[in-house]
Amino acid sequence: MDFYQVLQIIIPSMIALAAPLIFTSLGGVFSERAGVINIGLEGLMVIGAFTGIVFNLMFADVFGEWTPWLAVLAAMIAGLLFSVLHAVACITFRADQTVSGVAINLLAVGLTMFLVKLIYDKGQTDRITETFPRIDVPLLSDIPFIGPILFSNGYYIVYIAILISFVVWYVLYKTPFGLRIRAVGEHPMAADTMGVNVTKIRYAAVLLSGAFGGIGGAIYATIFSNEFNHATINGQGFMAIAAMIFGKWHPIGAMGAALFFGLAQSLSIVGSSLPFFKDIPSVYLLIAPYVLTIIALTGFIGRADAPKASGQPYIKGKR
Amino acid sequence: MSKYFSKLTSPVIAVILGLIVGAIIMLVSGYDPIAGYSSMIGGIVGDSYYVGESVRTIIPYILAGLAVAFAFRTGLFNIGVEGQLIVGWLAAVWVGIAFDLPRIIHLPLAILAGAAAGALWAFIPGYLKAKFRVHEVIVSIMLNYTALYVTNYLIRNVMTDKLDKTERIADTASLRSPFFESITDFSRMHWGIVVAIICVIIMWFILERTKTGFELKAVGFNQHASEYAGMSVNKNIILSMVISGAFAGLAGAMEGLGTFGYAAVKGGFTGMGFDGIAVALLGANTAIGVVLAALLFGGLKAGALNMPLETGIPSEIVDIVIALIIFFVASSYFIRWIAARFKKGVK
Repeated sequence: MDFYQVLQIIIPSMIALAAPLIFTSLGGVFSERAGVINIGLEGLMVIGAFTGIVFNLMFADVFGEWTPWLAVLAAMIAGLLFSVLHAVACITFRADQTVSGVAINLLAVGLTMFLVKLIYDKGQTDRITETFPRIDVPLLSDIPFIGPILFSNGYYIVYIAILISFVVWYVLYKTPFGLRIRAVGEHPMAADTMGVNVTKIRYAAVLLSGAFGGIGGAIYATIFSNEFNHATINGQGFMAIAAMIFGKWHPIGAMGAALFFGLAQSLSIVGSSLPFFKDIPSVYLLIAPYVLTIIALTGFIGRADAPKASGQPYIKGKR
Repeated sequence: MSKYFSKLTSPVIAVILGLIVGAIIMLVSGYDPIAGYSSMIGGIVGDSYYVGESVRTIIPYILAGLAVAFAFRTGLFNIGVEGQLIVGWLAAVWVGIAFDLPRIIHLPLAILAGAAAGALWAFIPGYLKAKFRVHEVIVSIMLNYTALYVTNYLIRNVMTDKLDKTERIADTASLRSPFFESITDFSRMHWGIVVAIICVIIMWFILERTKTGFELKAVGFNQHASEYAGMSVNKNIILSMVISGAFAGLAGAMEGLGTFGYAAVKGGFTGMGFDGIAVALLGANTAIGVVLAALLFGGLKAGALNMPLETGIPSEIVDIVIALIIFFVASSYFIRWIAARFKKGVK
């Protein structure tokens, strides 16, 4: 097996594994840039995964091959609705944001597993039949050398994830809404003085993070697990948080970090069948994303600083 | 009197609200909440076996709650209790298997190994916080997963030959108690409850009766004032995390030496570390509060197992209730606001 063939195996699986992380970490970027810590991304992914799978099982007969797309849409809405809890607790009730996030995670697993047992009367759902098909992107997959690596045997939703991260960059850095999000996360009082409605912007950002987290969860469940149980989203949400931090709270950075973590994950799965990689114990690849994030935070790879006001509720008139 | 009353109101209201919402969820799902809750209570204190199992569940909850609460008092959020618990579990079991010593030395050694491993694992976020000002929450979350994968690897490749669980610990390192088993109809209740109670006293003593405890709390109240008063903020941050991690490691050691007697490869987290956050919050981060909250949550968890058997209600309802209680405690601003409105209305 030569190196080119190895790339043909690793790269598509890396991009595919990165897609859920990209969506979820972009959600994290929105929320944290507006000054609301969202540890609850894991829980939001759980909600998304659950909704995606249940929708898929219920409507596969009706919508046919469109089912996974609509399931992702449904998961987006479910994630958005669920994140309202986090928003209300953190913004209106001034709860500790980390604590509220922990509650979101516990609640998501409890609620979804309760519903799974209620609906299916067992510990996991049935397996879905309609998943995203693997495709070769027309035209692009014909490019010599890079075509077969980057644009063959992939999923459309994965390429959409990468495009969306550029859209998020545009929104955050080139639109008034994005400027307001960043202002509210750095110095809410200054933003308030300039007439920005801090509460409204923060609500919008948290709900966006819920929607993105829901999408991420649904993609992960649809492509990789094909069913939903209590361990479907096993730490993907926290890995998305790691990607967001590793990407220094920047959409493109988060996307890059997600791709890198996707590589580590894909190597830990397929690495055992590849030359060179099979000599590395998979534990190193499994812990790599987390250890690298810690190293990144300590400043060895350039300092990563959180938005200034993240974690603090904004109380009007308090200095 | 009124001071204690107001301290108690918001946790009590949070618990009541959580139970009410849980009842509503059961009702909407077509179950009978009264039957549900009574089967749960039956699962907590129904007969001596259930009491023993409830006590066994409460042991790690007390210790995990102490771990979170201790760090909270120094203004640190130790969300890494889960990881520290896992490494403590493995370390205690390793000592329990690897050594051949008389009980009087072996058992304390195994327990201390668990505490030391947890302390070491918590030292990392403490040190990074003190030295580089890195937020302890993120580091400890990352270390939770690192702990999970590393311990799984060690169990599979170092302690056994590709097996999913280690061999059993030596009897001389076991916390199992024939006495407790005989009075509780052969539940898995073990001597860990004594360790947990000792730790409650230790935490109370450190925080309320020593200079170190005073410094730790001072740093939690105001870092700048403590620095100005000549205390070393960095030293106290690290110390607080280390002690907190030791409690967490002990929680794992109790599971390893008492309940199970071995360490197994885990597909995911035990959840006890995260529930410890709930325990600490509800217990207002005091030693006695942690005990009360652990009694409640540990009881709920143990009782939940009886619900599917008697009434067909999925035991996850209790996870939902616990999560809701955290929400309501965290949003105590809201509860106080309602309470204030209510009082005004009365006057």
